[in-house]
Amino acid sequence: MKNVKLVAAFAENKPGQVARFTQILAQANINIRWLAVASTGPYGVMKFLVSDPDLACQAFKDKGLIAKLVDALAIEVADKPGGLQTIADCLAGHNINLDNASGFIKNDRAFVVIEVSEHALAREVLQNHGFRVLEQPELPL
Amino acid sequence: MFWDQAIETIDRAALERLQLQRLQETVRRVAAHVPFYQQKFAELGVKPGDLRSLADLRRLPFTTSADLRANYPTGLLAVPYDDALRLHTSSGTTGKPKALFFSRQDVDNAGELCARSFVATGVTKQDVFQNMMTYGMFTGALVTHYGAEKVGCLVIPAGPGNSERQLMLMQDFRTTFLHVTPSYALYLATFMEEHGVDPRRGLALRKAFVGAEPYTLETCRKIEESLGLDVYNSYGLSEMNGPGVAFECEQKHGMHLWEDHFIAEIIDPQTGETVPEGETGELVMTTLCREAMPLLRYRTRDITSLLTTPCPCGRTHHRLNRIAGRSDDMLIVRGVNLYPQQIERVLMAEPGVGRNYQIALEGLDEMTVKVELEEAGFEAKVEQLMKLQNHLAEKLRSEILVKPRVQLLPPGSLPVSDGKARRVIDNRKL
Repeated sequence: MKNVKLVAAFAENKPGQVARFTQILAQANINIRWLAVASTGPYGVMKFLVSDPDLACQAFKDKGLIAKLVDALAIEVADKPGGLQTIADCLAGHNINLDNASGFIKNDRAFVVIEVSEHALAREVLQNHGFRVLEQPELPL
Repeated sequence: MFWDQAIETIDRAALERLQLQRLQETVRRVAAHVPFYQQKFAELGVKPGDLRSLADLRRLPFTTSADLRANYPTGLLAVPYDDALRLHTSSGTTGKPKALFFSRQDVDNAGELCARSFVATGVTKQDVFQNMMTYGMFTGALVTHYGAEKVGCLVIPAGPGNSERQLMLMQDFRTTFLHVTPSYALYLATFMEEHGVDPRRGLALRKAFVGAEPYTLETCRKIEESLGLDVYNSYGLSEMNGPGVAFECEQKHGMHLWEDHFIAEIIDPQTGETVPEGETGELVMTTLCREAMPLLRYRTRDITSLLTTPCPCGRTHHRLNRIAGRSDDMLIVRGVNLYPQQIERVLMAEPGVGRNYQIALEGLDEMTVKVELEEAGFEAKVEQLMKLQNHLAEKLRSEILVKPRVQLLPPGSLPVSDGKARRVIDNRKL
């Protein structure tokens, strides 16, 4: 099973940085489905879920930026209250740390994207609980 | 391999006799022709005849870069203006440069010492030499150019910069050795990486002579690794011919200083006294063969030490250790004396950060060390970036005893230089 890939990039925590990255993706004709920005002090890390992670990563590197692919899990959930909570409960029950979580809706389907401490274990646990963990090609991007 | 085996392996007693004889001749000439030295000798009460042994060298006056500036343009010339064949200048950050004259013999000697130095590293006439130093008033390019021509190498006078063309020349003419500044060598390595060129596969590079700026052993390793070649350390200064004053042999353990042309002393820069053998201090040099502009006890401001033990290569000329810093570059931050090279050493040993750095001094003694992040140092977590920053600050503190602020930057954020890198930006309001 292959995990979903996010493109993570190093940025400075100052105005104009998101625009700098999104412009590169737009020029490369890459669609952004989801973006997370984490910042502390002078630094930021941007994570993108995109239609073509390899291409996006290369597009950043070609501009001299630092980028790498990181694993994430994408899970399809019911679009109703408590959707994310069932996942969080399930992971907590197995002592798996949730580093980052977000979601999006596409064509009336709801998806949760998470980064956890142990992706293989998390995938197994979630699947055993009946969740549908998606692979990259299955994502509606 | 030797260029001039007899002189390179001359026994020490004969070398010292030769030095004394040449020193006496030099002193006689400056006493006869250079008013600056006539006045200095009069002030100190020394006459050329007083110089009976090499130990008497200490009685002679120092010459400083300020003296060179004060006697600009022709005050230190020891031959008629008509007999000067070449003018070089040494860059000054403020005001007038230092004017340095060469006679025909001086130009030839400078090339000769470079030829010796190149051959000592294994260079032969089969080699192809791409010279990336600045041609022009600076001695760096022209003197090595002549040296490589003496050896019979194909010389490509590329000059610095225009990395695309540099790469094309290397590929098309199968360049085997370079003469380059450390900062440009590192830039070139990054350039090749970005353009998908593996120097170990596509190129014929074997050696690089790296000099003109002091650099650390860590930087040397980094250049060797990234360009896939052997780096030979070299030392020179325009006041003493330019490059080829001292050069590493194939042992790569200290730079043989050509003592038939120069006498080196190591002094305490504060007191001016000679330090005990093997100890670190400021390098002071006296020319023994220069005709147009001989200099006595020139204060180089470079901090180093001399290695006097025999070298397995057979050369008897003493060796100069890596330059630890320039006493002019010394910074005083919060009362602590430090050299930029100490900071460089810490950064170069760290795999997560890049090759370019800058030291910014602002406000009231606030020091920020700016360095570019490398892919290896990025784990896609913002906490890890803070951790790396704090780790570097702590490492720097243990090296320089002052804890600087560290700032990680995206690659390409810091200015790159084709020539001498400007590492310290001092905007303090003290």
